[in-house]
Amino acid sequence: MTSSTAPTRPRRDTGVRRATALRTAGTLTRRRAVNALMQGVMYVAALLAVLPLLLIVWHLAREGASSISLDFFTRMPKPVGEVGGGMGNAIAGTLVLLGVASAIGLPIGIGAGLYLAEQRGSRLATSVRFLSDVLNGLPSIVMGIFAWQFLVRPLGHFSATAGGIALGAMMIPLVTRTTEEMIRLVPTSLREAALALGYTRWRTSLTVVLRTALPGIVTGALVAVARIAGETAPLLFTAFGNQFWSLALDQPISALPLQIFNYAISPYDEWHRLAWAGALVLIGLVLIISLIARYATRSRYGGGGD
Amino acid sequence: MTTPVPRPPSPVPPGTIEARTFSFYYGEKQALFDLDLSMPARSVTAFIGPSGCGKSTFLRGINRMNALIPGTRHSGTMLLDGEDLYAREMDVVQLRQRVGMVFQRWNAFPKSIYDNVAYGPRINGAAARTELDEIVESALRRAALWDEVKDRLTQSALGLSGGQQQRLCIARALANDPEVLLLDEPCSALDPIATLKIEELLYELKAELTIVIVTHNLQQAARVSDQTAFFYLGRLVEVDATERMFTSPREERTEAYITGRFG
Repeated sequence: MTSSTAPTRPRRDTGVRRATALRTAGTLTRRRAVNALMQGVMYVAALLAVLPLLLIVWHLAREGASSISLDFFTRMPKPVGEVGGGMGNAIAGTLVLLGVASAIGLPIGIGAGLYLAEQRGSRLATSVRFLSDVLNGLPSIVMGIFAWQFLVRPLGHFSATAGGIALGAMMIPLVTRTTEEMIRLVPTSLREAALALGYTRWRTSLTVVLRTALPGIVTGALVAVARIAGETAPLLFTAFGNQFWSLALDQPISALPLQIFNYAISPYDEWHRLAWAGALVLIGLVLIISLIARYATRSRYGGGGD
Repeated sequence: MTTPVPRPPSPVPPGTIEARTFSFYYGEKQALFDLDLSMPARSVTAFIGPSGCGKSTFLRGINRMNALIPGTRHSGTMLLDGEDLYAREMDVVQLRQRVGMVFQRWNAFPKSIYDNVAYGPRINGAAARTELDEIVESALRRAALWDEVKDRLTQSALGLSGGQQQRLCIARALANDPEVLLLDEPCSALDPIATLKIEELLYELKAELTIVIVTHNLQQAARVSDQTAFFYLGRLVEVDATERMFTSPREERTEAYITGRFG
């Protein structure tokens, strides 16, 4: 800071300027190197993140693809020693279980999510949100034991209903949180618009808010379904598995993950092959659900100019 | 579905709003201080003042939109046609049908143009398709939008331009057949041509209803309003006929604001 006689413009020390220029030139090389390094690290991390999936799919395809045929989807398992047979009952059983789980998990989860989003500050909402997170982190085997204790033991037998309820209970926190997040994204202005037109609060929530958030909620629901489609532990003590064709809700039911588990721990090569194929089909099922979820996100009136 | 309750005959023409020592608090913070203001029917009242002066708060007090925010309270009275807006027996749903509101940022629903306008009447029990068609057409005509959208009523409202969406929001409010129309900076995000259209629209609409408009655009206030109220720091500094206000304001602060010396 030189405050000598008033020059026409402030004097700058060219020496300092040159030094600064030199210094930035030095750091520029270093900054570029660090930048390249960091970018490289991130590329590697991004690739590693999807590597497990690629490995799994590749391995499953190699081991299981040969056993997949139409028979696999339609036929029943064959007794040990006989070649062939399929997992028709397990695939159907998984769909039944997902149906029961959705019938329980979706309405409760969406309702709870709507409540959490609309009453975000209330004490009850805060506790429900916390407990829902805890439930989300609950090991699935615990859920299975719980369902066994309360649904299987009193009735005296394993059943599809018990399995579906166990899976549904696992869905609830997943659906609750995604629903809440989606509803929070609905702009306040839309809510205000409906209220200013004379809509009551609950009506505003059900029509405008829920409608606007619907694509996101559907996506969240499907992701939750995909998540629980592969759950094995909750089914071990509840749905139990079934060698035969059964879709009855009050009977033990077969499910893909259970069948894979049972076949994989068996000592027979033929069953091992079927287990690989089952795993491939299960992954395919999850993939299809995820694709539907992505498709559902595209809303009819979304986007457009504003 | 609520059936309209016949209103008691009042000495004033329908749509008169009157605030008496009206104060408003966000929690501990007082936002409005003892406002006395009367907004006559079939005229345009403009609220001007720097940001945060309470004009929007006051506007939202007229259809009780502020009461949605937890922790708020008010004192004093706000009368619509002589009835206390905040009285226990005043149904807020009916109130908001009588007092329509248009917001700064147009907020058309992600639905078709038709459904946007039909939104309010549907809840009032206008279920018959022909009746609804009539309401929608007349509301769109009153909002000077009908000619532009009559061939695309089933298309998404979000495909309209900003100015069109804002007029759609006005049409949506008009479909409820309100006595009062509140506008919270309706043109602040619009280009001059769209703004002009809205201003012309307001000029026509004031023949039928009470209009209250918050604006940051002083020229706009001068152009569209019959009465102007100047707010500053939660207080009503001056209220007068717009012409007088912009030519010979009584208060020094009003003059300073109008001539652009602050705010």
